[in-house]
Amino acid sequence: MNASAVVFYILSAFILATGLLAVTSRKIFRTAIWLLFSLTGVAGLYFWLGMQFIAAVQVVVYVGGIVVLIIFSIFLTQQSGKDLPSPLRRRTVFSALAACIGFALTCLLLSRYSSFRVKESDYDFAPDMSISAIGNQLLSTSEHGYVLPFEVISILLLAAMIGCIVIAMKSKPGDK
Amino acid sequence: MLSIENITHSIDVWLYGTFNPTAALLLESLIVGLCAITLFAVLGLVLVLMERKVSAYMQIRLGPNRVGPGGALQTVADTLKLAMKEGLTPDGADKFLFNLAPFMVIVVAMLILVPVAFAKGTQIWDINIGVLYISAVSSLSVIGILMAGWASNNKYSLLGAMRSGAQIVSYELSAGLSIISIVTLTGSLRISDIIDSQQDGWWLFKGHIPAMISFVIFIIAVTAETNRAPFDLAEAESELTAGFHTEYSGMKFALFFLAEYVNIFIVCAIAATLFLGGWMPLHIGHWTAFNHAMDYIPSSLWFIGKTFFLIFVIMWFRWTFPRLRIDQLLSLEWKYLLPLSLFNLLLMTLISIKGWHF
Repeated sequence: MNASAVVFYILSAFILATGLLAVTSRKIFRTAIWLLFSLTGVAGLYFWLGMQFIAAVQVVVYVGGIVVLIIFSIFLTQQSGKDLPSPLRRRTVFSALAACIGFALTCLLLSRYSSFRVKESDYDFAPDMSISAIGNQLLSTSEHGYVLPFEVISILLLAAMIGCIVIAMKSKPGDK
Repeated sequence: MLSIENITHSIDVWLYGTFNPTAALLLESLIVGLCAITLFAVLGLVLVLMERKVSAYMQIRLGPNRVGPGGALQTVADTLKLAMKEGLTPDGADKFLFNLAPFMVIVVAMLILVPVAFAKGTQIWDINIGVLYISAVSSLSVIGILMAGWASNNKYSLLGAMRSGAQIVSYELSAGLSIISIVTLTGSLRISDIIDSQQDGWWLFKGHIPAMISFVIFIIAVTAETNRAPFDLAEAESELTAGFHTEYSGMKFALFFLAEYVNIFIVCAIAATLFLGGWMPLHIGHWTAFNHAMDYIPSSLWFIGKTFFLIFVIMWFRWTFPRLRIDQLLSLEWKYLLPLSLFNLLLMTLISIKGWHF
């Protein structure tokens, strides 16, 4: 086991442990913080893979954006100091069952398609991961370009933004 | 010629010659970590002293003048005092998160240090996504503040944390857009590429008016992001006692204090890198003789000089402008700075496509 593998196992153990804590903690704010650590660990895994752009995007979107949003909504809505009520027994059983089935499915897929495993020779093939390559691919109109999904997602986000503004807009007391 | 680049290179060669690669890498990481911690300690001492001296100068008084020559050892004495104090954890607090928050803040400050170029060839990791990494990691610092404010179980702390969260999340947009406007000129996110592109002049001068506008916006935005006056609503002492760190004492308080000053240093270093050429000496176009004369000043001095000049400007703000109200603060960002920086980005893109910059 070389140093790289040690780093991988440490990162994975960190992600799994904090993920487990996130779903078992009874304080809702702590849950958000454990989720944050788990997502940061995933970003660390991307760094370990050498995918720096994805790692930075993971931090920006999930950690800096979504978790902050979650924390704000906890602050504004929940009585965040109190312990959450313990979940129903039935729900616990079903969630555990669902998690086990998901794990089994992943294992099955991995064992069946193990031919996709990265071979030593594949390491020579290094994809172009520079920012300009990603940017060109994202906006290219050629066969493997991503300009159409990019634009569709932009319109979706714009619609969501306008929807938020309309919901949040207060009408002045005078006009109806 | 003795330079930091040569010293680090010779240490690197010696380590790899003496030990096997894994041990050498570990030792290098250890040395870099020790250097970072030392830098933090020194920065804390120097910047707090500088703040007190600058504020004294602005208010026509002497400032600290008893401990050491001209009061130079005052902050060392203060640090010793803080280290002696008891680190109290309130009874009603969430003890784990309360104690975790200061470390979170300081670790985030350390992580942002990674791609900063301190001198020619002196950089911890010249990462491919340099400035994106910086803006990504700096968005984490809000988590530590929110954690501290919530875990203290104190209304003032919670209010301070909420304000700080709203403030940092909003001003990140303007700071990011100003960074992007420089990236459109350089065409690269890598810090070393950005510095190399300023070989014949700094972007502040080469990029015409839009570069100056984005420089001003960036300075305003980072002043807000580091919770400095006139945007220090997170700790507004006249309204919230001390905001999110009301309940902290001893070394835990000192870590928040240290993180604030280190963050100021880092954002000023980034501003110096993006707009004032980082360690690049003042070069003007093709004036070869002038450029050579400027090269005699070591690159580390250029970097430190520019950074400390910007730190001085930010301290100057603190003692000049009155504090904003929270609604004024948010309308300043969303109604004025954000549209301005979006428009400025378009203008900058036009300049960079047409090649109008020098």
